[in-house]
Amino acid sequence: MNRFSLIAALSGLALAAPAFAQDAPPPLDPQAAAPETGAPQGSAPLEVSVTGGVSAPMPIAIPAMPTAAVTQTPAGSTDVLGRQLADIVNNDLRNSGLFTPLNASQLRPVAFPEVTAPGFDYWGGTGAQALVQGFVRANGDGNLTVGCYLYDVFSKIELTRQGFVVAPSDWRRAGHKCADMVYTRLTGEGAYFDSRVVYVSETGPKGRRIKRLAIMDQDGANHRFLTNGQSIVLTPRFAPNQQSIVYMSYVNDKPAIYVYDIGSGKQRLVVANASLTFAPRFSPDGRNILFSMAQGGNTDIYRVSSQGGTPQRLTNSPGIDTGGSYSPDGSKIVFESDRSGGQQIYVMNADGSNQQRISFGGGRYATPVWSPRGDLIAFTKLGGGFRIGIMSPSGGGEKLLTDDWQDEGPSWSPNGRVINFYRSGRGSSGKADLWSVDLTGVNERKIPTPLDGSDPAWGPLRP
Amino acid sequence: MSRFTSVLLAATALVAVAGCAKKRPPVLPPAPADSSTIDQGNSGQSGSSTGAIVPGSDADFQRSVQSNTVNFALDMYDIDSTARAILDSQSQWLARYPNVRITIEGHADERGTREYNLALGDRRANATKNYLAAKGVSSERMTTISYGKERPLKVGSDDQSWAENRRAVTVVLN
Repeated sequence: MNRFSLIAALSGLALAAPAFAQDAPPPLDPQAAAPETGAPQGSAPLEVSVTGGVSAPMPIAIPAMPTAAVTQTPAGSTDVLGRQLADIVNNDLRNSGLFTPLNASQLRPVAFPEVTAPGFDYWGGTGAQALVQGFVRANGDGNLTVGCYLYDVFSKIELTRQGFVVAPSDWRRAGHKCADMVYTRLTGEGAYFDSRVVYVSETGPKGRRIKRLAIMDQDGANHRFLTNGQSIVLTPRFAPNQQSIVYMSYVNDKPAIYVYDIGSGKQRLVVANASLTFAPRFSPDGRNILFSMAQGGNTDIYRVSSQGGTPQRLTNSPGIDTGGSYSPDGSKIVFESDRSGGQQIYVMNADGSNQQRISFGGGRYATPVWSPRGDLIAFTKLGGGFRIGIMSPSGGGEKLLTDDWQDEGPSWSPNGRVINFYRSGRGSSGKADLWSVDLTGVNERKIPTPLDGSDPAWGPLRP
Repeated sequence: MSRFTSVLLAATALVAVAGCAKKRPPVLPPAPADSSTIDQGNSGQSGSSTGAIVPGSDADFQRSVQSNTVNFALDMYDIDSTARAILDSQSQWLARYPNVRITIEGHADERGTREYNLALGDRRANATKNYLAAKGVSSERMTTISYGKERPLKVGSDDQSWAENRRAVTVVLN
């Protein structure tokens, strides 16, 4: 079990946990943080605007994190870790599209005592509006401590700080947690950098793709394959507690749903003695699995306990009903159905009652997914190309975010701001790749994977 | 040194033995690409490389019937008149070999989303099965499976390729 703990005492300005204080830079003296005359009185608090399509990314400086004493650890030496952690924060913030990190190699090195007493005059001269400083320490017990401090350069004050104790194998998470601290403090949005993505890694010819389940950090690091490619695998999704993944596999020539335990690598069949079952998703409380089952040429949505058992039917239309996704409070389910002639989006109560169509924008709609924030539903719109879009849970405010030949299968970041999807190319090679886009439609970017990929599912924020 | 050599030999021997074992692939392969889809006379297939086709086998089926594949219009799963003629010839062969079991694979083209296409492939496989059942083929002999868009026959992104990928393939289980 990975150990990851937040040093809550670091959050206060004056207090520090005793063990931490011994090797930490001197705590910030609140009296010394009074604004200099250079900062205009009553200036607006430092924040990044996240609304609307146009926002100037904030220039931010994230120098390498010094270490009081260079120490070898299983994750590398602490001075190297300090540079790599700053790189993680740089990349996370830059990839969000809301920040412009200064080129780290052009920044003056930060000495250890400076971490809590920044040279604001220097930093002001770099053009940075915000400054992130931190430190790395190897604890005596084998773990690492990473401190993370955020400063307002113009006002010359500390905005917030957090400390993290991590096992060496988890060192990258400290970088993501630091980036999340900076991001949430400056944007007001929820965190999302310390999270993972599960997806289907693809290789081989288009007529006979080799598909393997794979898992990675959201920035592409710590990538590993979970299955060996002998059977087609599709549509993996995380359990809310992140300990398992539900997915569909053709192992033994029987398309069925399995729960894969990440820790043990073992998997178990969810619904026994069933014909074609697919499109699985966990409920927000992890107790149930939603899935589709085809019987006699008709496909409906069912719910079954995550431990297995007798499925409960939720839809019963002669059309194809599939692709169910719960609202974050677990009270409703959004799904797709062609009962009206073509694929459209419907919402129903979690017990299957009150099924109402919500998509009326002209065209066909598929793969609806409820945002973890509850405010939006992402979908694939068909007609001409396949495009990723969002709409409110009542069907209004439809907005298309991408415009390529075949974008499909959206999945939400934990904070409901960024959408993963996969993009397929035309023609005989027709390769698929993972992409992401901000919910305002900006910052569309390719997600690096070792091979091609499809069916991404973004996991929850890691605690 | 000799110990290393003997280990190496043993490993090689194991590999050679393993290579001889015939293993059924974990996923049913798509029907072989058939250059003559509707052949009124003898099928273009030449049969197995050994030249001897076992009666009642899938190779025998393919060379005997009009086609092992029926196609569908976009988003549809109707058995049209062309498909009816093909399935009639399949049912006649199946009547001659009443103990043979079949799987019907349903497929969809790439211009649909992944999960819907699994359901659509299932519709096509079941429509085919229902037609054969109406022609007297016992349901006990037939199973269906859907591959959605996972196993296209043709890999182009054009109307002709897509039309060939919208299909149900009857596979005789050996």
